[in-house]
Formats: sequence, C-alpha cells, structure tokens
Amino acid sequence: MYTQGLDSLGKDCLRDEAQDGARLESRFQARVDAEEKIEAKDWMPEAYRRTLVRQISQHAHSEIVGMLPEGNWITRAPSLLRKTILIAKVQDEGGHGAYLYSAAETLGVSRGELVDQLLTGKAKYSSIFNYPTPTWADVGAIGWLVDGAAIMNQIPLCRCSYGPYARAMVRICKEESFHQRQGYDIMLRLARGTAAQRDMAQAALDRWWWPSLMMFGPSDHDSKHSAQSMRWKIKRFSNDELRQKFVDTTVPQADFLGLKVPDPELAWDEAGQHYRFGPIDWREFEQVLAGQGPCNRERLDARRRAHDEGRWVREAATAWAEKRNAEAAKAA
Amino acid sequence: MNNEHDWPLYEIFIRAKSGLDHKHVGSLHATDARMALEHARDLYTRRQEGVSIWAVRSTDIVASDPAESDAFFEPARDKVYRHPTFYDIPDEVKTL
Repeated sequence: MYTQGLDSLGKDCLRDEAQDGARLESRFQARVDAEEKIEAKDWMPEAYRRTLVRQISQHAHSEIVGMLPEGNWITRAPSLLRKTILIAKVQDEGGHGAYLYSAAETLGVSRGELVDQLLTGKAKYSSIFNYPTPTWADVGAIGWLVDGAAIMNQIPLCRCSYGPYARAMVRICKEESFHQRQGYDIMLRLARGTAAQRDMAQAALDRWWWPSLMMFGPSDHDSKHSAQSMRWKIKRFSNDELRQKFVDTTVPQADFLGLKVPDPELAWDEAGQHYRFGPIDWREFEQVLAGQGPCNRERLDARRRAHDEGRWVREAATAWAEKRNAEAAKAA
Repeated sequence: MNNEHDWPLYEIFIRAKSGLDHKHVGSLHATDARMALEHARDLYTRRQEGVSIWAVRSTDIVASDPAESDAFFEPARDKVYRHPTFYDIPDEVKTL
C-alpha cells in the first residue's frame, strides 16, 4: 500500500515537473518573441544554454586562434606603422576572445574548462584560421575578407536574445571595422604598387576568397542548428542570406582594387540585383573542419606551446598575489 | 590537462568621461585587485573608453533574484501618482 502510494506520489511529482517545464519554456519563448533580452540568472531551456555555450566558446576560440596567422607577420611587417597597426589588431583579437569567454562563463562554465576544450581539440574554432599566410598580402586579405565576413556574421549577433553575448558583440563590432579597413588599405597599397605587388595581392585574394565564403557555414538546407537558433533569436539571418550579402558588398570592392575574384561563374544578376556565384567546394570545408586543413596541427600546437610556456607566469602571478595578501593581512 | 584553478573573477565598471556614472562593461580574471585594474585598462580602454575603472570581485556582488522580480518590484507598480504626468494642470498655468 505504501509503495503504491509512493509510486503515485512520484508520478504526480513528475507530471508537475513536466508541466512546470512546459510553462517555463513557453514563458521563455514569449519573452524571446517580444525581443526581451535573456540574462545570465534568468530561467532558460537547457538546450538554449548548451547551444550558447557551444557557439560563444567556439567564437572565443576562433578569436584566440585567429591571432596566429597574422601574428606570423608582426616581426616582418613592411614598416613600423604597419607593425604597430598589426600589433594593435592582434591585441584586439585577444581582447575579443576575452570578452567572449566572459560571456560564455555567465552560462555556468569555467574559463579553465573552455581553454581545456580548445587545447585538447575537443572544441572547434573557425576553420578559416587553418589556412596559412605565406605573404604580407595575406594579412591584407584577412583583414578585408575574413574580418569582413566576420562583421557580416556578427552585426546581427548584436541583437542576439542572450544579453551578455549581444553586449560583447556590440563592443567587438566597433573594433572589427578598424580591422577590415586596415586590411583593405593594405590591399589598396599593393594593388596600386608594382606588378609584383599586384600579383601578390591577387594571389592572396585567390587564396582567401573561397574559404571566406565558407565562413558563413553550410548551406541552409544542410545546417543542422539553424532553425532552432532562429526561433531562439540567437541567429537572425540564414547562412546563405549572409553569404549572399557578403558577395554583393565585396565584389565591387575587388573591382575597385582591379583584382579578379577567382570564380568563373561570378555574374551580376540584373533581375535579382545580386551576384550569382559558383558552387562552393564543401568537401574542402568538411576536411578542414575535420582537422585535415593545411595548418590545423600547427595552430593547436602553437596554442598548447603558448599555454605551457606561460604556465610559470601564471604561477608566479598567483604566488605574488598570495604573498601580498598575506602581508596585507599581517599588517591589518 | 589543465589542473590549474581559474583566477578570481572581477566585474569591471568604467566611467567613460568625467561627470558620467561608472557602467558595467564585462568581467575578467585576475590574481588580485591591482591586476584586475591593469587588465581592465588593457581590455576595456584600448581606445580611451574610460577615465576611471572600478573592479569588484564577482562573488561580492549581491543581486536581486530574477525569478522573484515580479513580487520584488510589485510595490511600485500601482503608484502612478509618483509621476508628474499623473496630474492634469490647466494650460493657463505656466512653468509647472
């Protein structure tokens, strides 16, 4: 009798919990639909939290790994001004990583866990950073195209339903504009330079064009997270919409440079008022994502080395703070 | 792989220019208050976004509970008479 009683009690509790969950979830969706921001301590569906942790931390990792291809050119920048600009840009990328890790941490993950996920290769980062930067023009192409594509992706994220992420993105977008313009400025100087410099600029465009288009992610019908993210207003535009917008704004910029976009099928569609472009090689995208890109190994090795070689600095800083705290406590 | 503990988290508030309030801008990890201020300078004021920084240990912040916010802020809801627009003043009366 007792067990029966307990059983039914248990079932009632379960049902209540399920009803509660459904009620909370519909209230949550109503808030999102009303364009209210969700804050760290607000109730949110577990899947929303998981999606955000994944997306924000991948974004943070991308900023951190993104320092590497350009950092490669700091010691060889062609002038002192270019060097100081590049240092400032790479420092910004580190800053963006820090803003984003902080935003992810509001969702209940620790910085240590996130760094671990990157260093063990468990977490993904943007596959664009697995391409090499063999010439100075690549630094220009990254600023112009990669940061340009990032801006296209990131501006709608400033209105993302999750407050801490949206606010971090506002800050980031303000700084990205400098990145894109300094990149275009490098390309402009090369395009107006000697024949060899023009060739260098063209070769960089050839290298970065298609990977930049891939940055927007799989085509809409192959994108597995898109629909739910749209419903949650984490995402505002589809991958294909943003990619088209990027092509439409970037092609005239390439024309102005007198450089040729490496796509024989690229053509202006007067009726649709868009550029039509050729098919993207998604096999390449999948391969780079799966770790087979030209620099995947090198990038992760560099991050691990930096982390290991920085350990004594972190330990010294901790020891120093402890000593000072102890001294302060004694003096008090 | 990583058995180090995270450094304490600090919330950062910045006064954009003299005369304005400090405003929350985000958070960062630091070993102590001094490092928090220096990192906050490097992280949040690279483009002269501030003239003053406050750093507060995140664990020292006391916050109202969002789940209770309806009840918590309820007392102010029915006191419309606290707003100047509640009162109809004839047009003839000036500067009021």
